Order: sequence, then structure tokens, then C-alpha cells
Amino acid sequence: MADEIVEEFLVESRDSLDQLDRELVALESNPGDKQRLASIFRVVHTIKGTAGFLQFAKLESITHVGENLLSRLRDGVITLETVRTSVLLATVDAIRTLLEQIEATEAEGEGDYSTLVKALQFALDDATLPQADATLRGAEAAVPVPVPVPEPPLAVLKNALAEIAAPKPVEPPPKADVKPGRATQAVVEDPRIRVDVKLLDRLMNLVGELVLARNQLLQHSGASPDTGLVSTCQRLNLITTELQENVMKTRMQPIENVWNKFPRVVRDLAHSCGKQVKLELEGGSTELDKTIIEAIGDPLTHLVRNSIDHGIEPPAARSAANKPSTGTLRLSAYHEGGRVNIEIGDDGRGIDGERVKMRALERGLITPERARAMAEHEIHALLFAPGFSTAETVTNISGRGVGLDVVKSNIEKLGGSVDIDSTLGRGATFRIRIPLTLAIIPALVIGVRGERYAIPQVNLVELLRLDADQAEQLIEHIDDVPVYRLRGNLLPLLDLSELLQLGERDPTRDANLIVLAADDRQFGLLVDEIFDTEEIVVKPLGRELKGLDAYAGATIMGDGRVALILDVMGLAERGGVGAIERKIKESLRPPPIEGNAQQLLLFRSGASSRMAVPLDAVARLEEFQRDQVELVGGSEVVQYRGDILPLLYLSEVFGEPRAQRDTLQVLVHGQGEHQIGLVVDAIDDVIQQEIVASRRGGRPGTLGSAVIQGKVTEILDADSVRSLVGG
Amino acid sequence: MTAQLCTFSVEHLFFGVEVTTVQEVLRAQPMTRVPLARAMVRGLLNLRGQIVTAIDLRSYLGFPAREGGEPPMNVVLRGNEGSVSLLVDTIGDVIEVPLSSFEPPPSTMKPEQRRMIDAVCKLPGQLLLVLSPTLAQGFVHDDHQPRTVH
Repeated sequence: MADEIVEEFLVESRDSLDQLDRELVALESNPGDKQRLASIFRVVHTIKGTAGFLQFAKLESITHVGENLLSRLRDGVITLETVRTSVLLATVDAIRTLLEQIEATEAEGEGDYSTLVKALQFALDDATLPQADATLRGAEAAVPVPVPVPEPPLAVLKNALAEIAAPKPVEPPPKADVKPGRATQAVVEDPRIRVDVKLLDRLMNLVGELVLARNQLLQHSGASPDTGLVSTCQRLNLITTELQENVMKTRMQPIENVWNKFPRVVRDLAHSCGKQVKLELEGGSTELDKTIIEAIGDPLTHLVRNSIDHGIEPPAARSAANKPSTGTLRLSAYHEGGRVNIEIGDDGRGIDGERVKMRALERGLITPERARAMAEHEIHALLFAPGFSTAETVTNISGRGVGLDVVKSNIEKLGGSVDIDSTLGRGATFRIRIPLTLAIIPALVIGVRGERYAIPQVNLVELLRLDADQAEQLIEHIDDVPVYRLRGNLLPLLDLSELLQLGERDPTRDANLIVLAADDRQFGLLVDEIFDTEEIVVKPLGRELKGLDAYAGATIMGDGRVALILDVMGLAERGGVGAIERKIKESLRPPPIEGNAQQLLLFRSGASSRMAVPLDAVARLEEFQRDQVELVGGSEVVQYRGDILPLLYLSEVFGEPRAQRDTLQVLVHGQGEHQIGLVVDAIDDVIQQEIVASRRGGRPGTLGSAVIQGKVTEILDADSVRSLVGG
Repeated sequence: MTAQLCTFSVEHLFFGVEVTTVQEVLRAQPMTRVPLARAMVRGLLNLRGQIVTAIDLRSYLGFPAREGGEPPMNVVLRGNEGSVSLLVDTIGDVIEVPLSSFEPPPSTMKPEQRRMIDAVCKLPGQLLLVLSPTLAQGFVHDDHQPRTVH
């Protein structure tokens, strides 16, 4: 009996604590809110009363002093300074720690809270307020209790369960017309009951079965002459559909359940970074399946930390940039096209594309050529590359180089995606798109060797059908590795039957090619048959099969048989898509590039100047005859592939006279309209070498010099040459 | 003290398992095979919306594959994380035996057999191998068979 009381006390208190965190932070920004203060007071008072009744002495003593402090605040004897808020938040943490201790061991444990009590007592009086701060800081340093303690896994689980069982509508800040005493009324009027999640899952299963039985019944009744039976079946049909929809709804929770913790997280972080941050939450009632709600918390927290740590500037910097000294962090969620969008936006410094590129170059994530050609969204994508971090100093908040890549892969595991919008100096917005539910997903059902498999629709790009004789021609091979030309690009192909070790595909059959995307990669999957897209209910595989990365789960088809759900990322890995892509690249560019070595074109320009240019910067080498050159507006041009190619004499660019020759050696640089012909004196060689350019003696238009084949050689910067002449 | 055991046989071996761990006993069911899984995983079956992995005890114990004629029976065991179905040759009776007739399995038994049983029960004229009640969770831990890795 006593156990039950304690249990109930724990569950209730935990709900109240989350509310306390939120309200205290809200109170800090609006200290005059008497109503909120009263509600906080009531919560602490209730905990104190029950703790006394259950003889939890430590809990009682902490809440008692806390209550004193609150009552003086309420009576207006003292005001809510930041120090007092911190002491109160530390109190909430201590209460939480004690509750966890009680939950785990049924006793209060050995923790010493006398410093906290002392700090609370100091905080009671304006005169001793500074001492409260000092004491609290001392306590934080000495006892690792207050600030984020990782919760024990069991507690986390129970916590989650309690939250799910009681999807409390996180009330918006009480409006002025709400009468006090709401907390006590709520208990009486609460139209909800707590339900075990397992029961909901079982209900889901049963409804799934009911749907199958309904489908079979409808098939039989369709042929029946009995009109009574037919109409009853129709009604059963409608009721079943509605039942299914409603049972699905029981698993939905508002995203507020995740957002609740952010006011506190943001406050603590902003304090420790010395920044001022205002948090705005919007669309908290947007509902998502509970599995997604549980999984989205960590990535969101990470992005919030990231925004405060890297995005929002310190107040001084903000004022200097003509922005309000308090930064704004906005979380918003909304439905769009059957998915949920979550945005985390700040009005901070934004993403500096150049710095990102520099960092990526330093880390060897991209080559200089690639850096020059990158579009903005590609630069932003670099932030999600493993091992990338732009934080100059490693803080304990973020910037450890693990992070955004993990965020991305976690979100992708949920079948979602994440991208960034940013204006330098104005802020950045991370946008996450996730499905409403993981329990039911749209999937394409395909067949191989008489068995059906489901492929999640999120991975699907397009479907192609090749006749048997067509297939033989169109599927080409690089060293046994099949590839397909899809609109000019080579697509690696995997044979599902071979991948699952069911034997090779029969080449005399028509081939169905499914183009799939996983992790920025595309590949084609060859299957025997393509059936249809269906909404499938995802079920986990048993532990005996957990290690198989080829499957994401299983589902039950309309006829009651089980079908496996393919894990597209796992298949790509199993089939070695990465290796195949490398092979394709090698076959397109015969000499393999090893390590950091690059291919360089050696040429001469001017009297004795030996120069090199990265081969990637040269689209083509051409020879033109003198008489092909025409003059347009004082500039020399040639007609080239139906376009006009302006010519630029490199020797002139570097201040030397141009050599008069009958045959011009031209490096064609750039694409399409931006093409330009660089006239050089002679082309010597193409070599492969790792170069370290030294800036010493570098003149405009070069990247510096390097020793190549024993001679000092200038490295041409083709892009800047063009800008030197304003081309 | 007695124990109630649900009995079945595989090849010449006679097994018993605590009745309360048995969810149900079924005739042969349509199954979906799982490519790439270990040989003892015979497939997946749909048990009223619950997806259950079927483990072929003949394959697990190293006996030759079942003859074409008689389809296997399913003994579905409850587990913490979902159920597991054991494919066996024939189902026997539920018997009540005194705990005093239990003995630890002899150390000379084949390891794959020893691993799955808790005790040997001495019946008149026959020995009964008593399965461990946590067997449903146990098939993961004895993963000695390397999977093919690409």
C-alpha cells in the first residue's frame, strides 16, 4: 500500500517538476506575474506536504526553505533576482535527484544538500543575497548534483513511460482570466487516464489483424447474394477504418513534450556562454508518433545548443552589428504534405561560407578545385560532414567535432531530412522534415524469387522497366560490376537476388530497375517484379535477426503473410556501392589519383616562365590557327563549338609581350558562356604530384610556386587570371 | 514440488519445457524465409499480428534436414522481446514430474545441446531434456556461426 502511495507521489511530482522548470524560467522574464508565482508556490508546497507525510526528511527540508523563499517573493518582500532564480532551479534539480534516488532505492540516499539549504536561506534576504550566489557556486563546484546529471537509464525509461501514459497538454502560459486554483481543479476535471503503452501497441496489432480479417470478409461478401450480409460488411468496413485511425491517434503526442525542456536548456546555456537569448516556441501542438517524439529529442537539443553556441553572438557583438542585444531562437513545427517540418532558427551571425570552406580544406574534406566550384547549399552540406567543426575553441557545449553529422544520420534513420538556410550576419535556420509516424509508412512492394519485399518510399527515386533484350544492351559492365547510363550519368547497379544470396538474376527476363537514394548516394536495384505502393505497418525483427543490416523490419501483407522491409542504406553498404562508385570514377579518369596528389598540366608562357595548372581547371586543350582569330570590339576571339571563345594571352596578363606564332596553344577554362581561352606558348606535360604551394614571390594570378620535377614552377590560378582582366 | 512440462521430440531427443513459457502450439504455418540469416532461422510467421521468428531445432542441433513427408510443428515460446517459435518433429503430452528427478546436464553432452537445457529429468525408461525457460532470448548469445560478410 505504502509503495503505491510513493509511486503515485513520484509520478505526480515528476510532472510538476517539468512544469516548475518552465514556469521559473518564464517567471524570470516577467517577475511581476503573481499568478505564476502562486502556482509555483502551490507545486512546491504540495511536494513538501507529501514528503513530510512519507517521511522523506531531506526532501522536506529543501522544499520547506524553498517554500519560504517563494512565499516572500509572492508577498513582494523580496524580488526575483537572477541569483534567486538560479537557487530555485538548483532546488528543482535537487528535488529531481532525490526523487530519482527514491525511485531507485526507496530511500533518499547519502546526498548532502545542506549547502543548497544554506544558499536558499541566504537568498531569503537582500543583505545576504551575494552570499547565496557564492554558496550556490561553491555547491555546484563541490557536488556534481545540480547541473545536468545524466539520468540513469531506468529512470529515463520510466520517465518516458510516465510522460507517454499521461500526455499532459502542456498549458500555454496561463491567461489573465484563468482563476487561481487551477491546479487543484485539474485533478478533478482531468478527462484523461493513464494507459500502459504496451496496451496501446497491442491494440494497434489487433486493429491490424481486424483490418486483414475485414479485407478477407469483403472479398467473400462481394460474391454473396445476401444483401443484408453485404450491407453489414460495408458498415463493418467503415467502422474498422475509423477504429484504425483512432487507435493510430492514441500514439500521437504533441511535440511540446520535447519542447518543454528547452526553456531551461536555453536559459542555462545562454548563461554559461554569456549570451542573452529569447526562446520562441510555435506550433507546439503539432502531433507526431510517440516513437518519433522519443527519437527527435536528442537531435533537436543538439541543434538548439549549436545555435546558441555558434549562431547567436555575445551581446556586445550584437550591439556592434546593430542588432538587439538579446538574440532570438525560434522553434516552430507545422504539418506540410503529410510530413512534419521542424525549424530551429536564430538571428545570429549566420554561416560564413568562406570559413566553412577554409575549414573543410584544412580538414582535407574537399579539394581546392571543388571548393571553388561549390554552390551555397553544397557548402552548407559540409557542416554535416563527419569530422567537421568550425568552432575555434572546443567548448563543453558543442564543438567537439562530433555533432551535426550525428544529428543528420539520426534524422535520416527516422526517414527524415535536414537542411540549412542562412544569410551571413542575419542568422541561420535548420529545417528538419520528418514523417508523422514510423509505425505506418508508404512502401513499394517488389518481388524477387517469389518472395515479396517492401522498400520504404522515402528512398525511392524512380522506376525503370527494361525488356530482356534491351536490358542486355543497356546494362553495361566495368570489371563485372554492372552499371546503367541514367541520363548521361553512370548508376551503379545491384542485383537484389544476388545481394540476398538467392542466386543470380535470370538475364532472359525483363528487368525492373529501381533507382534508390541513401545518404546522398544513388544506385539501381534490379528486381524481378514490382507490385504496388502500400501503407505498411512496420514491425521490429526478433533479436535473432537484429544483426542483419539488409532489413529494417518486417510487415504483414494483405494476405496475412510476412514480408521483410529492406534497409536501403544497409543494402548499399552490403553491395559495396561506395566501391563501385570509385570504380566508375576510375574508369572515367584512367590514371588513378592517389592521396593528395593532383594532376597538373605543365606549360610555358612568356620568356622562360615555367607554369603549372591543376588539370581540373582545364576543360580542354585546343590548337587554333592564327587566321581563325577574329577581332570583336578590340578583343581577340575564336569561334569554338558554336560559341564565341574570348582569348587571353597569359604572357600579357603577367606583363610580358605576346609571342607571335601561327599556331596558338590554348587552355580552355570554365564552362559554357564563361569559357575563356588562355593562350600559352607551349604545353609540356601532364604529371601527377602532391604539391605544396609556397606563397613566397607569388604574383597576382598565381597560387604561389612549388618545386616540380626539380624546378621552381608557378602554379596558375585560372579563376583569378580571369578576374585580373575582368573577364 | 513438481514441474509441468510440455514435451516434444526432435530426432531421437525428447525435450520438455515449462508449460508457462509456452505461448501456444501450432501446426506447420506458412512462412517467409529470411535470406542472409543463419541456417537455423527457418523464417517469419504471422501470429495474429505478431511477427515470430521460427528456429529449426533440427538445424540448430546439427541433425539432417527434415524428410519431405511430415511438416514440422511450432512450439511458440514467450520471450521478453517478442516470441520465438521452435520447429520440432512431434508434440508429446503435458506431464507433471517431481523436481527431485532433475539432474544437471552431464558435461559430456554436445555443447549446442547443453547450452539450451537446464536439467535432465529421469523418467521411467526415458530421459527428458528440460529446456531453459529463457531459451527464447538465448539464441542470440550463442552466435558462433560467422555470417557471410561482403
